[in-house]
Amino acid sequence: MRDPLSKTITGIKPSGIRKFFDIVSEMKDAISLGVGEPDFDTPWHIRDEGIYSLEQGRTFYTSNAGLMELKEEIALYLKRRINVEYNPRKEIMVTVGGSEGIDIALRAMIDPGDEVLIPQPSYVSYEPCTVLTGGKPVIIELKAENEFRLTAKEIEDAVTDKTKILVLPFPNNPTGAIMEKEDLEAIAKVIREKDLYVISDEIYSELSYKGRHVSITELEGMRERTVLINGFSKAYAMTGWRLGYACAPENILSQMLKIHQFAIMCAPTTSQYAAISALRNGDEDVDRMRNAYNQRRRYLVDAFKNMGLECFEPFGAFYIFPCIKQFGMTSDEFATRFLQEEKVAVVPGTAFGDCGEGFLRISYAYSIENLKLAIERLERFIQKLKAE
Amino acid sequence: MLREEILTTIEKNSRVEIHELAVRLGSTDEMIAQELLNMEQEGVICGYHTMIDWEKTAIDKVTALIEVRATLQRGQGFDKIAERIYMYPEVKSVYLISGGYDLLVTLEGKTLKEVAGFVSDKLSTMENVLSTATHFILKKYKDHGTIMAKKNADERQMITP
Repeated sequence: MRDPLSKTITGIKPSGIRKFFDIVSEMKDAISLGVGEPDFDTPWHIRDEGIYSLEQGRTFYTSNAGLMELKEEIALYLKRRINVEYNPRKEIMVTVGGSEGIDIALRAMIDPGDEVLIPQPSYVSYEPCTVLTGGKPVIIELKAENEFRLTAKEIEDAVTDKTKILVLPFPNNPTGAIMEKEDLEAIAKVIREKDLYVISDEIYSELSYKGRHVSITELEGMRERTVLINGFSKAYAMTGWRLGYACAPENILSQMLKIHQFAIMCAPTTSQYAAISALRNGDEDVDRMRNAYNQRRRYLVDAFKNMGLECFEPFGAFYIFPCIKQFGMTSDEFATRFLQEEKVAVVPGTAFGDCGEGFLRISYAYSIENLKLAIERLERFIQKLKAE
Repeated sequence: MLREEILTTIEKNSRVEIHELAVRLGSTDEMIAQELLNMEQEGVICGYHTMIDWEKTAIDKVTALIEVRATLQRGQGFDKIAERIYMYPEVKSVYLISGGYDLLVTLEGKTLKEVAGFVSDKLSTMENVLSTATHFILKKYKDHGTIMAKKNADERQMITP
């Protein structure tokens, strides 16, 4: 028989997270700091709206781009949060999570051979999705000394005449890094000069702890060269509802919509109705959850400082990214031993790119009580390593 | 702002230590201690209570909500009659209510009989009390913002990207 598989797909290595997941799932009574989703339940008014829509029998497809009412709410939300205007009829589409948005944005813009700049450490899907389009991922290794922010120089050094797209993943998973307005202004200049397009993954935008999140679309001349990706998973604790959205100028969005139409049809109807309530009545929930995350963030930063674990202060998402180079182990070795000896699961930084070596991703999407327990164990483990 | 943050945090857990509170709120131990002291003195913080699900203990408790209709007293409104009720230690709360009746009284006793006795002997016989309606609480689903039912275990995958 012939090989049924495509060389493109077999050439993609499986997610580093997957490998670690298999080890963790065999370990009984381990506690985890490895989760990339909120610990809160979806606020009740949102769930209730979903239930109501089911009771009403709203179980049909919606239009491909999503419910008009939802797109209008998204437009209002973006106007009030980042003061950028998108036309809900032509420039906004509802997707199956932010991840679909990333995929179809790349597919709509990349021809084989085009180069895509991907800063790492970052979310695991940018690179394989680029490869699937036939594009060429060009990795920019972000530096701890820059607090894992992206600099104009790093883009300039990576750009060739084939570079077409920059993926901009801030606030960042796994580092917790953010880009402030000055940082964005510096890179926007290069982006305009080199005539690049941006896929700005702002799924963690509501989880910023140093003033409000600034979107690159707010800057002069950037809206027309950016696909803005966002969604409901992180801000409203709605991961399982699988709902996100993409905003872009009509010429790009209409082509993304074509892919979505053929591959997906439409995002889940129940989720779309629930999301309307999220945007209309959810601001207080977002504040409440952000405050809780922020308390945990401060708690961990302080705990790491006290135990002598080197770490820059993260101002976004719900991750902290300590450096473990002082122990002379790889991230993988550290995470594996920590799991085996103290039964705490964390994710090695290398799961998010080779340059994550020497770091761990620790999620604080856990209650303070859970975090305390894990921190106690981490402290004990570190003492042990220092004594070895 | 700091005040509100302290209050919303200790409302959920009054046992949190001052240092931890300072770290979590991005403040200092001194600021937090001072603010707590101020709020205690101003009567903003009236006590540090413990949420107890008595049903899970071997101790018998009966709680009743009693609607009380009363006549207004000249120059004193409902304050005097409310005082006469709230001075009893078995009375847990007294609220002045808008609507069909005037005072809502929460009463705690060991047995139904004890609660009934209080209502018939003490409450109903008060001069300005016109009538009472007693509702016994059969089950508490949620109290002071805390859901009594057992929480679901964390069903998230151990590791997700």
